[in-house]
Order: sequence, then C-alpha cells, then structure tokens
Amino acid sequence: MFVYLAKRLGAGVVLLVATVSIVFVMLSLSGANVARTILGGNATEDQVQAKMAELGLDQPIPVQFQQWVLGALRGDLGTSYLTQQEVADAVMQRAGVTLSIVLISIVVSGLLAVVLGVTAAVKRGWVDRLLQVVAVFGTALPGFWVALVLITVFAVTLRWFPATGYVRPDQDLLGWASSLMLPVAAISIAGISGAAMQLRSAMIDLGHREYVRTLRSRAIPPRRLLLIHLLRNAAPAALTVLSLQFVGMLSGAVVVEEIFALPGIGRLAVSSTASGDIPMVMGVVTLMVTMVVIVNLLLDLANAWLNPKVKTR
Amino acid sequence: MRDIESRKEPLLEVHDLRVEFRGRAGRKRFTALERVSLDVRAGEAVGLVGESGSGKSTLGRAILGLVEPSSGSIRLGGREITNLRTRDRRALASELQVVFQDPYGSLNPGLRVGDILAEPLIASRDSAAQARAEVLDALERVHLPADAIDRYPHEFSGGQRQRVAIARAIIRRPRLIICDEALSALDLTTQSHIIDLLLELQAETGVAYLFISHDLSVVRRLCHRVAVLRRGEMVEFGEGAAVTSRPTDPYTQALLDAAPVPDPAVQRARRAARLDAA
Amino acid sequence: MNAPTTELLLTRRQHKDSALHRLLRNPLAVISAVIVLVIALLVVFADLFTSISPTATDLSNALQGPSLAHPLGTDEIGRDIWSRLLHGGRLTLAGAALVLAISLVVGGASGLLAGYFAGPIDTVSSWAASLMMALPALVVLLALRAVVGPSILIIMAVFGLLISPMIHQLVRSTVRDVAAEPFVEAAKVSGLSDARILGRHLLRAVRAPLIIQAMMVAGMAVGVQAALNFLGLGSGTVTWGGMLADSFALVYTAPQLMLWPALFLGLMTASLIVLGNALRDALDPRGAPPRVRGRRALLAEVHDTGHGGSLEEVGDEAFLDVRNLTVEYPDPHGGALAVVRGVSLSVREGEVVGLVGESGSGKSQIAFSIAGLLPEVARISGGSIRFRGQQLVGLSRRQARRVLTDGIAYVPQDPIPNLDPSFTIGFQLTEPLRVVRGFSRAAARERAIELLGAVRINDPEKVMRSYPHEISGGMAQRVLIAGALSMDPVLLIADEPTTALDVTVQAEVLDLLRSLQQTRGLAMLLVTHDLGVAADICDRVVVLHQGAVVEAGQIDEVYAAPRAEYTRGLLASTLAEADPREAYESPEGKVVRDA
Repeated sequence: MFVYLAKRLGAGVVLLVATVSIVFVMLSLSGANVARTILGGNATEDQVQAKMAELGLDQPIPVQFQQWVLGALRGDLGTSYLTQQEVADAVMQRAGVTLSIVLISIVVSGLLAVVLGVTAAVKRGWVDRLLQVVAVFGTALPGFWVALVLITVFAVTLRWFPATGYVRPDQDLLGWASSLMLPVAAISIAGISGAAMQLRSAMIDLGHREYVRTLRSRAIPPRRLLLIHLLRNAAPAALTVLSLQFVGMLSGAVVVEEIFALPGIGRLAVSSTASGDIPMVMGVVTLMVTMVVIVNLLLDLANAWLNPKVKTR
Repeated sequence: MRDIESRKEPLLEVHDLRVEFRGRAGRKRFTALERVSLDVRAGEAVGLVGESGSGKSTLGRAILGLVEPSSGSIRLGGREITNLRTRDRRALASELQVVFQDPYGSLNPGLRVGDILAEPLIASRDSAAQARAEVLDALERVHLPADAIDRYPHEFSGGQRQRVAIARAIIRRPRLIICDEALSALDLTTQSHIIDLLLELQAETGVAYLFISHDLSVVRRLCHRVAVLRRGEMVEFGEGAAVTSRPTDPYTQALLDAAPVPDPAVQRARRAARLDAA
Repeated sequence: MNAPTTELLLTRRQHKDSALHRLLRNPLAVISAVIVLVIALLVVFADLFTSISPTATDLSNALQGPSLAHPLGTDEIGRDIWSRLLHGGRLTLAGAALVLAISLVVGGASGLLAGYFAGPIDTVSSWAASLMMALPALVVLLALRAVVGPSILIIMAVFGLLISPMIHQLVRSTVRDVAAEPFVEAAKVSGLSDARILGRHLLRAVRAPLIIQAMMVAGMAVGVQAALNFLGLGSGTVTWGGMLADSFALVYTAPQLMLWPALFLGLMTASLIVLGNALRDALDPRGAPPRVRGRRALLAEVHDTGHGGSLEEVGDEAFLDVRNLTVEYPDPHGGALAVVRGVSLSVREGEVVGLVGESGSGKSQIAFSIAGLLPEVARISGGSIRFRGQQLVGLSRRQARRVLTDGIAYVPQDPIPNLDPSFTIGFQLTEPLRVVRGFSRAAARERAIELLGAVRINDPEKVMRSYPHEISGGMAQRVLIAGALSMDPVLLIADEPTTALDVTVQAEVLDLLRSLQQTRGLAMLLVTHDLGVAADICDRVVVLHQGAVVEAGQIDEVYAAPRAEYTRGLLASTLAEADPREAYESPEGKVVRDA
C-alpha cells in the first residue's frame, strides 16, 4: 500500500514538474512577443530589447527557469509584468473563489450522480430512460453553452439569481450562495449526467455478479445489498470518474468565471494570457496543477483504502 | 523425404524444458515447468494430464511459441523450434496448429465462419477460389454444412463452434495439433461426438495430437500415450491404457481415484476406502 | 500477387443484415445523421445558401426580425445572422475535424501498440496519457495563446493532442482485452503477422467503441472551439462562439441574438453524440442487446407448457415438493421462452437428490426457483413449490427471504466469483448472522469460526482476515459451504458445487458435503452435469432434458437399468468405462499425408 501511494505521489510530482517546465519554456520562447504585447504595437526594436532586459527575458532560458524555481520553492512566484502585484498574493486571493465553485460542484454532482445513477440502475424504466437522454445532452453540450442558457432563463427571464458578480461569504452568506448558484449548476450538469451514467452501468454490471445472488441466498436485505455491497464495489470506478471530473471542472471554471464575472483564477488565466503576463500565467498554471495533484492524491488514498487488492499488497 | 525422416525420430521432441514466469514488481519468479521431456510420434495422440497449476497448458503454449522457454529444447520434425524468429515461427503454421478450450473465445465473434477458416490460408497465399474450395473441404471434413461459411459464430452451438475451431486447425493439413482442453467446455454427448471426429481426422490424415486435458477418461479414450504433470514436473509418461488404469505413480493413482465414475457401487466403495485412509 | 483471400470471401454479405440497414432502422440515428449532414453541408457550401457577406454591417438595419432579405434577421450592427451562422461554422467545424484527426491518429496508434505489445511501450505511453489527462486543458490552451498568439487552429491541434489520452485509454484497454482472447492466439498460430492481427482482429474490435468515442471527441471539440472563441481567442473571423460572445454582451437587451448560434451549436454537438451511440449499436452484428420487455408482454404470450414428465413417486411425506414447475424467460421477439417445462420432483427429509442434465436442461433454473434466486427477468409461470407444506411460488421478496432464513440454503458453482471481493471472509460470514439473525458481533464471530472448523479449515482466524483473492478455489468453496450452514438449513441447494474445482479437491468437497449431510440430517438437492458426481453422493436422481424430466428414481436403479432413451444415451457417452485407445501403430506403409 505504501509502495502504491509513494508511486502515486511520485507521479504527481512528475506531473507538476513536467507541466511547469514545459509551460515555462514555451512562454520564455515567446519573450519578444511578450515585450511587444506589453509595449503596444508602436514600440521600436530597441524599446523591445530594453523591456526584455528589464524583465530578465534576455537571459538564457535555463537561468530564467532556475531563478523561477528557486523563487517558487520559497513561495515567491515573481511579480506581475503589468500590475506589479506579487503573483503569489494575486493567485492565492483568487484561489478561494475557484476552489469554492469547483469543490461545491464536485460535491453536488457527486451526490446527485450517486442518487440518480443508483435510482436508474435499480428502478430502470422511465427514470433510467430519462437519465440516458439527459446524459447524452449533458455530456454533449458545452458548459459555457449551458451557462448562457441558465443565465437567459434564470437571470434574465425569471430574475431568480444574479447573472454576474460575486459576493464574498463574509459579507453576505446568502448572497454568496446565490451568486454561486448558476455557476455551480453550469459546471455540474455535465458532471452529474456523465458520472451518473458511469455509476448506473457499474451498478447494473455488479448487480449481475454471482456473489450478489449468493448474498441474496443468505437473506441479506436488498437495501443492504445495494448500499453496502454494490456501492462499495462501485466506489473505485466512481473515484476515477471523480478525479477526471475535477480536472474537467477546473477547465469549466475558467469559462464560467469569465461568463459570470467571478474573480477567480480562471479569469486571471484568461486576462494574463491575453496580455502575456508570464509570471502570472506561471502562477496560475502552478496553482491549478498543484490542486489537481493534491485532489488526485486524496482520491488515490481513498482508493487504496477501498480496494483490498491494493490494501493487502 | 520428410516421411523417411519422421520415421527415424519423433515428430515432436521436447527435451528438458523449463519455463519461468517473471513475477511482477515485488513478486517472486514462478517456475511453471521444470525438467519436462516428452515426444510425439507422427500420427500419434499423446495426452497431457494434470490439475490446475500443473503447467500442462504452459507446455502446449511453449510448443506453439506463445510463451518463451527459459531453457531446454523443442524440436519439430527434427528441426529446432525453440525461440524461433517471428518469421520462421509464422512459417510453422502449416505444420503446427491449435484447438483451444473455449469455443466462444477462440472464434472472433465479428467474423464469418468462412473468414475464420480462411485465416491460416492468408499466410499460404492461396487464391480466393482455392481458399474457398479449401474452406468448403474443411467444413465437410468436420461435418458442418457448406452454408456455415456465411454465418457468424454466435449462430452455432458450443459443439459446432468447436468443429469450426477444428476445421481451422486442419485446413493447412498440419502434422501436429495441440488440443488445449478442447473438450472441457462441452456437454458429455457433444464430447463423445468430437472425440469421434478427432479419431476420424487422425485416421484420414495421419495428424498427430498433443491432447491437454484434466480428464483422465477423455485422454484414455483418445490417446496412445499419456503424460501426467504435477506442479510443473512430469510424474509419469507411458502407454495410455497402463497409465489410466494401472499407474505406477501414486499421484496419478490419486487422480484416478478422485475422478468419480458413474457407478454408485464403485463410488460407495471408494468413499469407504477414503474414509478408512483418513 | 493474389488478393488477400479473406477479403474476397467477405464480399458475400446478406443485405438485410448490414450495418447500414440496422442504422437506418433506428429513427434517432437517422434524425441525428440528417442534422449533422445538413449543418455540415450548409457550412461547407455557405456561399450557395447566402449571398450576403457575414461581415457587411448596416447600422440602419440593426436588430431586425426575420425578413426576405435577412431570413434570420440582423444583429446589433445590422449584419445578416443567417450568413454569419453559415460562415461562422467553418472554422468551428474545421477545428473540430483537426482535433478529431490528431486525437485519433495519436491516441489510436499509441493505444493499439500499447495494448497489443504491452511491455515498455505500454508503460511509457500509459504514463504519458495519465499525466496529460490530469492537465486542465483549457488552462494549458490559454497559456499557449500567450505563446502562439490568436491562432485558433494551432490551439485546436494542441487540444487534439491533449485529448488523445481519451482515445488512447479506450483503444488500449479494448485491445488488451481482445488480445488476450484465444482467437488472437489462434491467429498467431495460423501464421498471421502482427500487422495482420492488428488490422484483422483488433481494429475490428476497437471500431465500434472508437466510433462512439470519436463522436464524443468531435462534440467536445466543437464545444471547446466555441468556448475558446467565446473567450476571445479567435482571430476576428466570424465563429459560432464569437457570435455567442457578441450576443451575450446584449443578453438583457436582445436575448434573441443568442438563439441561433446556441441552437446550431447545441444541435451539432448533441447529434454527434446520438449518432455515435446509434453507430455503435449498428456495428455490432448481434445488434443492440435485446431489451427486456415489461411483465405485461410476458403474460401476453405464454407458450404451451402442457407436456413434460410428471413422475410422481413420493407421497405426502415429501419435504420439498415441486409440481408442474414452469419457468420462462423473455425472448428477443417479445414472447416468452420456457426453460423449465412442467417439472415435478420431490426431496424427502435427509435425502440427497441429484438433478442431472446437460447444458440447457434447465437444472440450475429449477434450483434457483426453489431457493428464490431467479433473476428478475425470469418468471415462474406455472406450477407449485411446497417446502414443508408452505407454498413458495408467488411469495413476495420479503416473504421469500424469510423462507431462506428458515431452512433453505444455497451453495453456488464457481466459488471465487461468489464471494464479494471487497470484504473479508470474516465480514461475509458474520454479516448474515448479525444482520439477519441478530447475533452480536462477538457471537457472530465465534459462530463463524466454529463453522469454518466444521468445513475443515485449519486456520479459521487467518481465513477470517483474508480477502477472497487471497484464498484458493477449494478453500473458497468451503467458505461458501460454511456460509450456507450459517443459515442452519434443513435443505441445501447445491448448484454444481464442485464443477470449478480440480478432481482431488472435488473429492474432498464431496466427502465434506456427504459428512455434513449425514451429521446434520440435511436434505440436499444437488445440481450436476457429472454422472460420476451424482453417483458419488446422491440417493435418488432426476434426469432432465430440455427443461423436462425424462426419468427419476433410485440412483442404483436408474444407472443400472435406465428406462428413458435419453438417460441410456447419456450413460453410454460417459467415458469412464470406454475402451482405451488401441496401441500406436507407426504410420509406415500408410500414406501419412500428401506432402
């Protein structure tokens, strides 16, 4: 089990290092573009060179990377080219918004997926057919499209929730919840239907396993069969789905934050990449990948605990 | 010419074979076969018997080149075939064929029977007309109707599927067929029909069989000689009638005693004997 | 020189069964295919369907409704919506096609090779795939924009790469499963090259799941492309995503502007997915899995259950009495198929009765009917089952459970799959004791250890702590017998309890069953295809053929003098007393083979 977890931790670190270095190298290669973007279209070649020297972009890439890594290890992610703000501060300030959207979405979609998937598997019939239809459209339709529809219906037509803007929870808890309602719904809909379908087919598949028949022959009540034996056996598959969903939801958050004008890292990602703010882009990427690595590790831990073949290794 | 050669030495000769499986990270190596020697003469049927984990299937797979032996030699028609290069191994298809246990898994469900049977002919570069003739001939020899050619495997019963698998094995007229538990998935009556078919094909073509099975009674009916494997080692190898009725090895005797026979009186006597021994 | 033989043989197709036909029979498939096709044609040949430039502005004509000149009206600066819609699809669909091509080539090839050859290729590519899947794609694409500028096609190409692990993993796992099938080994033995095997067997197996995944990827690509354009990553050309972004700015004043781009986008992505699902079903030669009809359909058409043996030889002292039992399953055409047809049999207290038959004889279905374990789709459509006088047919599930706790226990065929892999043996043995019979934790544990002792397991404490994958098949079957005994049964239904075991282990388990039966005075109904096993343990035997009883009687009598033709044939085909093969004759003088 410890070997397994050590391996997974290693994989996480490799992911972080690989992504960060690739993105860094790519960004540095475009140093001239960055300087030009900052200075605007009328800048002369000399001005561009001067700007690059000022930002340290004229140094060899390995040197730049070394400096960035040494800084990052001390928690210093550099300063924004544009706003002169500390990147670490800017990123951490906004992390809360994104994390709350994504975590609420994953909890909501996880719970609903279990309820819907199990119901569809057990009841079959129209519940099942409805879920299948909804799932097709839920997975097919892009999240931002769903977000736009939600805004049109619930914010513009019905006026139940605000279309845009963010309220901090320490100011107004209800307002906070209300401001997150539509963004969370937009991200979750795709997640719910996908995960519910996966769980549904896992449950149906498991229901046909021979041990279920044997458990029934021991007079184990159906509810217990379902909630203890089937769910437990479906759990590892569900965790895998969950980890992929988390990654997908981070991407979804970028779009949704932009649409709903929420001050999260997704929005920061859009604005900083548009303006070529390398330190800020690096900060955003580092934070996002770190979140993925941490969440995946937690899920691996849960999997190790749930799966006897891993546990007893 | 080849016939004269084959009279001098056995068709298949396995000598001092050892097969080891590398364990996955953190697991021990596992020796599946050790010091196994065996021969099959032209036109002969040799049975290979053992319980699960005895290595009987591994031996068949080693001969077919599906697992790599760690040491020892396998010769077919006087020629060394251990660790052949891929190209030479492919050329062996005209001499060495296989029938597997599972009549469901051994036929691709997405292909028609005609295409399944034509598979060994791809390497032989027959023309389409020739191939069709060969396929029809093979179907006839396993007593399946000619219209089977256009049907899918799922349209056939287990016994019929096994006939298709046998037709595929004989279509290149090989000298040796490895039958890996070829009857185990079949019903009793179907089993005896397939045994008759195998005997008939052997009489017609002189093909040799290495017949891998856990069932001593099947092997007794079908095989001239029988080898018994236990945990990767051969415990007995001799005339079929002798090994399956008067074995010299205690393990073979135990296998024989454990296999129930359809005679209540005999079984009662055996149970009494077992209880006395315990 | 010669054309590959197999492909020529393949040409003889039956038309009514072709994949295309099956596809055309599915209305959803036809509708979605038409939508995809129509949108694609409109977009590709946009200039044929509109003569207005998508960028021509006319401020005097802003925000007009549909008219002859502007079929869908105009936007906020008077541009023709219809024209913008058609032209805007071009980049969107081109981007999606690019994503699809790259992900199919990269993911498909790497998955095929990794799944087939395994080894280092597999290790490396699977690693790379799982790393890529952990990347939030949109963030990487945004970072890429800072590098390459607003070039949407380059960005979509990278997205194709980022999404290729989805294809890779699907192809790899499908290929791995198929490559382990005996037919692939048979192909190797047949002398086919790896390339042939990949093309002939593996690509074919991958095809159907790949198509649905490809449609999914195409749908996602359309969505992502639109999302990127929506975020302003495009280069100024008109796109659906860009149109949505423009109209979103006016969501309060002119929400109708969002309708058309949203509709096209939604229709396109959803149709791709629906079409993918339909294609998969159509490509499977066995068709879509037969749908299980409702109960009403079952009742509507019940086959004649009139015949079938009803040999009565045991009177009222019968402990278990089955009369005229008929069990039906739905068939694919909506009717019902009787797998057990009017079977009558009985078991006396403390008696061992063998239920003997070949596959398809319905013997297991009878056992399941008695133990109340028939699958939901099956239905007892006639007859009665009386256990100690109580009618078991027609009981509710709850009542049936009570009967189970009250004397009937079941031992399955293949031991390992009959244990829940996620729980320890100890948990599984104590669970019914605690949950059903109300034992305390400690008492249940004590009882479980006692039961493991009764089935002759030497180290019960250790077995209690083990998981099913850690014990042998013989051990697992003992555990299952112990589990059956935990119900304190008076009747044991054993369904081929030794078929999955080696003969030496089989003998031990049969001895165990016999001694438990004798010491506890158990009655036992033993389902088996093995006449030897029946001879070993049974007092009486019931011979089944195609769902009906052909003969029943004391075992010695039936075996010595079978009355039914079928029983005689069955006994004759056993090989135990068959002659051994005659001695080997060297093929000298014979024509061995035409070399």
